[in-house]
Amino acid sequence: MRRVPKLAAVVSATAALALTATACGESSTESNSGKDKGVGLAFDVGGRDDHSFNESAARGADKAKKDLDVDVEMLTAGNNETEEDRVQRLTSLAQDGYNPVIGVGFSYGKSIEKVAKDFPDTTFAVVDSVSEGKNVDSIVFSEHEGSYLAGVAAALKTKTDKVGFIGGVNNALIQKFEAGFAQGVKDTDPKLKLTSEYLYPTNDKGFNDPAAAKEKAKGMLDRGIDVIYSAAGQSGAGSIEAISKQKGAWAIGVDSDQYQQPGLAKYKDSILTSVVKNVDVAVYDLIKSVEDDKPLTGTNAYTLKEDGVSLATSGGFIDDITSKIDEAKKKIADGEIKVSESPKK
Amino acid sequence: MKLDRNRLVLAVAAPLLAVVTALVITSLIIAATGEDPFRAYQVMLDFGSKSDSQVWIINKAVPYYLSALAVAIGFRMNLFNIGVDGQYRIAAFFAAVVGGALSLPGFVQIPVIILTAMVTGAIWAGIAGVLKTTRGVSEVITTIMLNFTAGSLIGYFLQEGRLAEKDGNLFHTPDIPDSGHFFTFPTNPNPVGGFIVVAVLVGALYWFVINRTRFGFDLRAVGRSESAAEASGVSVKRMVFTSMVLSGAAAGLVGMPTLLGESYNYGNDFPTGIGFTGIALALLGRNHAVGMAFAALLWGFLDRTGSQLELEGYAQEIIEVMKGVIVLCVVIAYELVRRYGLRLQQRRVGEELAAQARDNGTNDKAGVSA
Repeated sequence: MRRVPKLAAVVSATAALALTATACGESSTESNSGKDKGVGLAFDVGGRDDHSFNESAARGADKAKKDLDVDVEMLTAGNNETEEDRVQRLTSLAQDGYNPVIGVGFSYGKSIEKVAKDFPDTTFAVVDSVSEGKNVDSIVFSEHEGSYLAGVAAALKTKTDKVGFIGGVNNALIQKFEAGFAQGVKDTDPKLKLTSEYLYPTNDKGFNDPAAAKEKAKGMLDRGIDVIYSAAGQSGAGSIEAISKQKGAWAIGVDSDQYQQPGLAKYKDSILTSVVKNVDVAVYDLIKSVEDDKPLTGTNAYTLKEDGVSLATSGGFIDDITSKIDEAKKKIADGEIKVSESPKK
Repeated sequence: MKLDRNRLVLAVAAPLLAVVTALVITSLIIAATGEDPFRAYQVMLDFGSKSDSQVWIINKAVPYYLSALAVAIGFRMNLFNIGVDGQYRIAAFFAAVVGGALSLPGFVQIPVIILTAMVTGAIWAGIAGVLKTTRGVSEVITTIMLNFTAGSLIGYFLQEGRLAEKDGNLFHTPDIPDSGHFFTFPTNPNPVGGFIVVAVLVGALYWFVINRTRFGFDLRAVGRSESAAEASGVSVKRMVFTSMVLSGAAAGLVGMPTLLGESYNYGNDFPTGIGFTGIALALLGRNHAVGMAFAALLWGFLDRTGSQLELEGYAQEIIEVMKGVIVLCVVIAYELVRRYGLRLQQRRVGEELAAQARDNGTNDKAGVSA
């Protein structure tokens, strides 16, 4: 009795699959006309309001909107995304006629390469990754150099002689932050004890989990660490919150000048400084270049020397050590100090 | 015959009720955000039915389906394998390491990679199985903790100088040579991954083993009532361990479409979280081989059309809300219909018994008087 309907179900499902597999009908590429709609911005996890990395990119696009009078469409990545999701997001933007299409975050590295091939007339850009392609602008930063300066500041400001580093995800990019920070601390005061910890070993959720960062920071504070540098995107807000509850402890922010972030205004008196990554400048540069019909392509490195990365001074908490920081900055710019990109094991 | 018609009506009622409720609720939510829900459905249907969307949806659904199968094997015997996520990731990782280190002809290379993944997944799930059978530790706890252990283990090995190489801002295992790439169906404009064949075969195997073999019977028996199964001679411990291992082996396949058809290595960008999606899909598909296939395709459809909605000005979260509403509606609808069916059955049986008793009573009286 029951065998028949089940068999029928199996057969009909297979037939349905087979039918869809032949993929009849027009494709979405054919049915859309590509006319210039402005800038397409695809964010990494955390989205535009992460007070950090994505927000910096968004600022650049907002500035372009105002100054260059272009429209901007912003799409956000969710957690647990696959390559297909990213390819689709970029494809949709390019297909709809957005130009340039910008992928914010190294996760877009591969998908940009793929999609850029299908849309040779569109300019693509990817932040934090080097991607191949004639119409691709790879925007990379010297995070390790900026972090070195943060290390100098931390070493000079700690009272307990213990400083900490919290990374969102233990990947090559965040290791650059750790490496620079560690070197800056050690070069300033070799006796200091540095604790480096990561929120997640591999999962991108590390950039989107303020609760985890809060716990991590609390743990470090309990161990007497009083200056903590968090390179964890949106998660960083969690550690900054925890640090703000302890008197005399300092947080070092990342990517944006986090002292200036309205969302973090409550904690700003605990934000010593931030390692600013001028994603906004890079994004603006790219949009402008496309508007001027001279699109940037190839690898564009934003280093400390040309202020691609910098140390924020808002709040004035590091005004007393400016000379030391400028000295370190000059040494890096002159090539006297070579900052390592990967931490010592 | 009447019984079967009732059953049929009930079987149709549950999914219908679920779909209608889900549609009503999501429409209300979209309307509450100040947008037009019907235009949203229009956008979704238009975009989702395009040929490249169809291909995309199928490719996306394949790992979902495998993950749902892995979860369902446990669910069928009341075993909550929440660790599919960790199992498939660690399986894919070691399969990628083995695949990257070997350079054999394709017909050996691919089976070796897949087998490595299945064995790794089985071992990882087997740990939870052993702990449950020997020490009585709940598999819910162990599998979820093993997810974190798997993540940390991968994180440890996925570093330069260990098992990975550095490529820009990514770490990934060495690339699997061309011989290890899985075949594809050349559809237009993008190909459909060949792993769909494996998924269909595994689905058929699942259906056959669960419904048509002694093992499957034992498995379902344990799921219904452990003590009853034990009393009738089924070794519950052996069943727990075996199904955990099978579930892990199936989980090992989840990462394979991505590894063999797309990324060819395991890096920081390898997809995570498919194991958890599998739980929702197993619930949605009622642990049924075909039901889960539809559920996986539906999820693929929602994924595909979700970002299109965002482009059309709808809130990005709408699609996740939809997914949640659908799962809730399905679970609740089936439970409601099940209870209703049960009440119906009880009433009918009660009436029959009463009628029988009445008949017996009159017969007896008749007998006495005669």
